[in-house]
Amino acid sequence: MRRRFAKFFEKLIEAALLVSGTFTSVIVLLIILFLFNEGAGLFRESPVEKGSVVALNRANPINALSPEELKNIFDQKIVFWKSLGGTSDSIKLFRVDDVAKYYTEGQIGSNFEHLDSCISDYVGKTPNVVAFFPKEYAKAGFKGKLVTIKTITIGSFVSGKEWFPTAQPVAQMGVLSLILGTLWVSLAAIIFALPLGLATAIYLAEIADSRVRNILKPLIELLAGIPSVVYGFFGLIVIVPLIKNVFGLDVGETALAGSIILGIMALPTIITISEDALRNTPRAMKEASLALGATKWQTIYKVSIPYSASGITAGAILGIGRAIGETMAVLMVTGNSAIIPHSLLQPVRTIPATIAAELGEAAQGGLHYKALFALGCILFVITFFINLSVEFISSKRKGEKHI
Amino acid sequence: MKKPDHIQIRRKKQRRQSFAFWTFGILSFSIVAILIVILSFILFHGVKAISWDFITKMPEDGMTKGGIFPAIIGTLYLVAGSMLFAFPIGVMSGIYINEYAREGFIKRFIQMMTNNLAGVPSIVFGLFGMSLFVNKLKFGDSILAGSLTLGLLALPVVIRTTEEALRAIDNSFRHGSMALGSSKWQTTKRVVLPMAFPNIITGLILSIGRVSGETAPILFTVAAYFLPKLPHSIFDQVMALPYHLYVISTSGTNIEASRSMAYGTALVLIVIVLIANLLANALRRYFGKKVKMN
Repeated sequence: MRRRFAKFFEKLIEAALLVSGTFTSVIVLLIILFLFNEGAGLFRESPVEKGSVVALNRANPINALSPEELKNIFDQKIVFWKSLGGTSDSIKLFRVDDVAKYYTEGQIGSNFEHLDSCISDYVGKTPNVVAFFPKEYAKAGFKGKLVTIKTITIGSFVSGKEWFPTAQPVAQMGVLSLILGTLWVSLAAIIFALPLGLATAIYLAEIADSRVRNILKPLIELLAGIPSVVYGFFGLIVIVPLIKNVFGLDVGETALAGSIILGIMALPTIITISEDALRNTPRAMKEASLALGATKWQTIYKVSIPYSASGITAGAILGIGRAIGETMAVLMVTGNSAIIPHSLLQPVRTIPATIAAELGEAAQGGLHYKALFALGCILFVITFFINLSVEFISSKRKGEKHI
Repeated sequence: MKKPDHIQIRRKKQRRQSFAFWTFGILSFSIVAILIVILSFILFHGVKAISWDFITKMPEDGMTKGGIFPAIIGTLYLVAGSMLFAFPIGVMSGIYINEYAREGFIKRFIQMMTNNLAGVPSIVFGLFGMSLFVNKLKFGDSILAGSLTLGLLALPVVIRTTEEALRAIDNSFRHGSMALGSSKWQTTKRVVLPMAFPNIITGLILSIGRVSGETAPILFTVAAYFLPKLPHSIFDQVMALPYHLYVISTSGTNIEASRSMAYGTALVLIVIVLIANLLANALRRYFGKKVKMN
């Protein structure tokens, strides 16, 4: 009896441990589920401001407009129906406020009680009009026709250059500038960090004696431990003014400031992983090289570095991953303007910084909110592939060792 | 008189070597220099702001005067909450991976997923925490939602350190215990875990350091801009040190006037991380020696 209970108890413990063991996998799956569920809403919903409609004259052959077309119409970049496949008339814009231009106060009514019939009348008699007004004025018997605004496509989301998530009459959700900004800042950071990090890794793994190592190692760990918001604060107070003065700019909040801070933050990752890789070089290989008369330095760059190249690559890739996902420091020093960057001395805006800065203002469940979740998906996918590739590289290395 | 070729070549090789070694040494120590510049800059300016009142009083005058007491308390709550959640699950998960799981697909998959979770950006944790804990489970902006989000972020760290601590224990101990007739769980509980315990605690301390400085995951799950009172339940919002630093250095009512407050807050944050790191190192050294002596 007692033995049976003990056996049952063992099984119970094992089951509990198994459940905890699968916990991280469940969380990763939940993250994917929640992020993509919220983000996908962006591509299902009409991008026109909630509760508003766009209407045309019934004679107009156009039945649907894309968000970009609608935006260009209201920005008066498209002024003829012809360019949208319609008649050769010029486009006449009509917003609710314009009603006072065409109708007297008496016609509209002192409490706007006839506003709906005025709008209906105007849209009905003006063949080249495009009207944007609240939904409640389009009642039964409306003399115009409501156009469908096409939903945002994934293609236009990723390749769109304009990010005006709260624009009227239609939000512009193009994230190309944010994606490029993120990659730009991160790659520049790695260009700073890689030589420095690699040199330190080589120094720690091959050159430094154990006393120096015992001092350096904890310091590098400390560098990894400093909170990102403190890095951001330091960057804001020291590096931003420095860049402003050195390059004579109007604002110091630039991609360069972000890259410097991110570079410093990526250093510990690069150093730790590259050092581990270098240390894994088999002793026999190094000794063989030394026995052939090579100096220590020749052994390092002809034997150790080539042998651990894949590990060093993994370190660099993980460093880029860290830089891409970093939020607070970048938010504080890069100036956050959503333009496609052309130089390191311009302000940029990254994906994480956009989410952090705008999610607080976005109404829950709204289009902007969903767009930010879709950005989160992009970020997640990028870092997921970075992690997978690192996993792939290091598993390949393990495989080689067995041979 | 010209020296023989092989001596010249050897000298050249040695010159190259010492040039390379010096370069690497200088580059390595330049990283230390960066660290020292950052730390001493914040220490130098922060010390002026630190006083007893700064640590124990509420913020006043649009956060330009007074103290950061609620933010310190808030961070303490969040750290405690996240560790209560992440530590047991993380340690159990580590035990499963290292002691119970057989080599094969499942173990590899779990390890891969843990590594993936470790690489997920902190802002994505924030998004996830907001949509799951705040909105779906209706915890609202609360200590509970923030702690759970931070706990998820700390989970991979705890798992990895547990795994490493367990792996460091020689198999002969396990075999010895099993040979005496104890079961797998008895062996794990009585032999393996006590030996690995110091290193597991080191992991705990390091993740405390990490969690106390995280900002992005708490932005939308718990952090309050200004809340000069202490929380009463786990469903209250709190201020937190890293968010407070972010707020007063970028969007406070008067950024210039709150500068000294910002330096002080940054210093408190740095000190927490510094203590966590020193403690972890000291533990590692102390127990490292002890285990070897046995």
